[in-house]
Amino acid sequence: MSPRAENTVTPRAEGTASVRAASTVIQRGGGALVVLAVLAVFPLAVSNATITTIAVDTLIFAAAAVAWNIFSGYSGYISLGHAVFFGAGAYTVGIAARAWQLNGDPVFALLPLAGCVAAALSVPLGLIALRVRRHTFVVITIAFFFIAQLSATNLSWTGGSSGILAPSPNWAAATFNDPFYYIALALLVATIAASWLIRRSRFGLQLRAIRDDEDRAAGLGVRPMPVKLAAFVISAIVTGMAGGLWFYFIGQAIPQFAFDPLFDLSVVVMAFFGGLGTLSGPLLGALIIEPTQQWLTLQYTNEYLSEILLGALFLAVILGLPRGVIPTAAERIDALRARRRRAPAREEVPQAGPAGQAGQPGRAGQAAP
Amino acid sequence: MGRQIYEAIADGILGGGVYALMAVGLTLIFGVLDIINIAQGILVVLGAYLSYVLSVHLHIDLFVGLLITVPAMFVIGVAIQWLFIRPLRGRDRASMSLLAAYAVALIIEGLLYRIFGPNYVVLTASYVTSSVHLFGFYLPDIYLYGFALAVACVAALYLLLYRTRFGRSVRATMQDQMAARLIGIDVNRVAAVTFGIGVAVTAVGGMMFGATSGGFNPNSGYDLISRLLAIIILGGLGSIGGALAAAVFMTTAEALVDIWSPDWAVVVFYVALVLVLAIRPSGLFGRAPARAQ
Repeated sequence: MSPRAENTVTPRAEGTASVRAASTVIQRGGGALVVLAVLAVFPLAVSNATITTIAVDTLIFAAAAVAWNIFSGYSGYISLGHAVFFGAGAYTVGIAARAWQLNGDPVFALLPLAGCVAAALSVPLGLIALRVRRHTFVVITIAFFFIAQLSATNLSWTGGSSGILAPSPNWAAATFNDPFYYIALALLVATIAASWLIRRSRFGLQLRAIRDDEDRAAGLGVRPMPVKLAAFVISAIVTGMAGGLWFYFIGQAIPQFAFDPLFDLSVVVMAFFGGLGTLSGPLLGALIIEPTQQWLTLQYTNEYLSEILLGALFLAVILGLPRGVIPTAAERIDALRARRRRAPAREEVPQAGPAGQAGQPGRAGQAAP
Repeated sequence: MGRQIYEAIADGILGGGVYALMAVGLTLIFGVLDIINIAQGILVVLGAYLSYVLSVHLHIDLFVGLLITVPAMFVIGVAIQWLFIRPLRGRDRASMSLLAAYAVALIIEGLLYRIFGPNYVVLTASYVTSSVHLFGFYLPDIYLYGFALAVACVAALYLLLYRTRFGRSVRATMQDQMAARLIGIDVNRVAAVTFGIGVAVTAVGGMMFGATSGGFNPNSGYDLISRLLAIIILGGLGSIGGALAAAVFMTTAEALVDIWSPDWAVVVFYVALVLVLAIRPSGLFGRAPARAQ
């Protein structure tokens, strides 16, 4: 399990390395299957409603964090406005279910519609926001967020400040959370698959080349705007679907929770915690942070304390693990392996310096398949 | 109708002075440290609560209380910079510092909620409710005093930046940090003091905000920071004159739309921002962005 290649674009070495890479892929695939199997039987084994509720919430946020990472992690454009798509998805499902009088399972069929609405929103927003970089981009995404929240409060068809109610399905109480759980799991798996495919593709390489140095990438023949916009739209689709699912699960959308600044912050910190721009980092971050956050909120029903602890946790992550758990752990493991390999005999020269993997700007263009 | 418009313009200009002061602090921090202090909004609210405590519990006049709150906010600013911003290094420094500031904002918000609760409070004094008759309008005294104070503070900042040795080192650091370091400027000190000054002005801004906004609670920080961000981006990041002009422009535009529909007045801020950036990505007064890295 050497996730070191995840951190940056690294040209893959030839020969023995490819054999090792193949075995790593098998190992990783096996590991992923085991995790998936555990997650699939989880609701059968655990019937405590509090725990399954947290689990559903965690899966939804994990999908949102992985989706955020597909755009922001790979391209380096930090978006603090993804709550726009989350809220748009929530309101889409709410308004459509009300208009067509849907209830029960058919409501889930509205999720693709939520994704479409989010995508339709993301195109004009992306065309404006992606013209600017760095801080200005971050701020303009925040501006979009506030426009969305204010619109949801002030427009007539969004229900104003009292929001919109979800249909309440009449499923058996004991297994009430199960449909949500499996839909959320499916969404998460699909998102991870998309993230993995994008990472490996030419498209993913172009994105990370833009992250490393946009002007140079443009000089090398990448057309930044379509590439960035495509990633933004893909990311928005998943976030919109996650928002729609979250709305049906929670049962209500009001402007300040559907368009929640804490949502923006949470997905960003999840990705940073695990490792920005890595495949499994945002997933790991979500699986650790979201349950912790939920638990803190339950533990200290006075929500203000959970807010303080959350802020402190973020600071600890940013100051203590600036590059995230996955890249830091990968470095440690590599350093350990290199030392062990060197110790018995000097027959094999390590093909790359363990710590030197990080940040090789400009190498993006020549990376392998 | 014509009368309403004149009144709205007067309100906009007077209110704009206060936003200008808060925005100048934010844009100064950006110019020197290359970070956006997203905690500025909640720091304004913190400044307002400090004034509140002084006036309600110690019966100190709002304006006199500034002699205490401004230095206090300066120290808080230096501490935040020293503890949470300075240690950040590396490629993602810009976005990390944004997140660190966000985390600080969350903690301050949580603390304010725990201490003061979610109820709205308002700063009161005799001059908050009284008004003067001027050019045919009734203008609240607090707006006039506050505007005068904001103008004085901005003038003092201007003198500090353009007429002192420290100001010269700040401007040198804004232009080129590496070169400033090479000619012997202690860039770390400049950064810490600048952050302190940028936060100290929130004490003044907070007092004015608390007295004129008709009530605030710990949640008010979000609304403030989003307006301030819109102002400094519209004015061009790092441009002090731009921040002044944009603040007055934005508050006047908001006051004008308020005549027609109070609900949508706030949206004006963001729509103006999006429109300007769609045409001119570097803001009204900003320089063309250097090569991003």
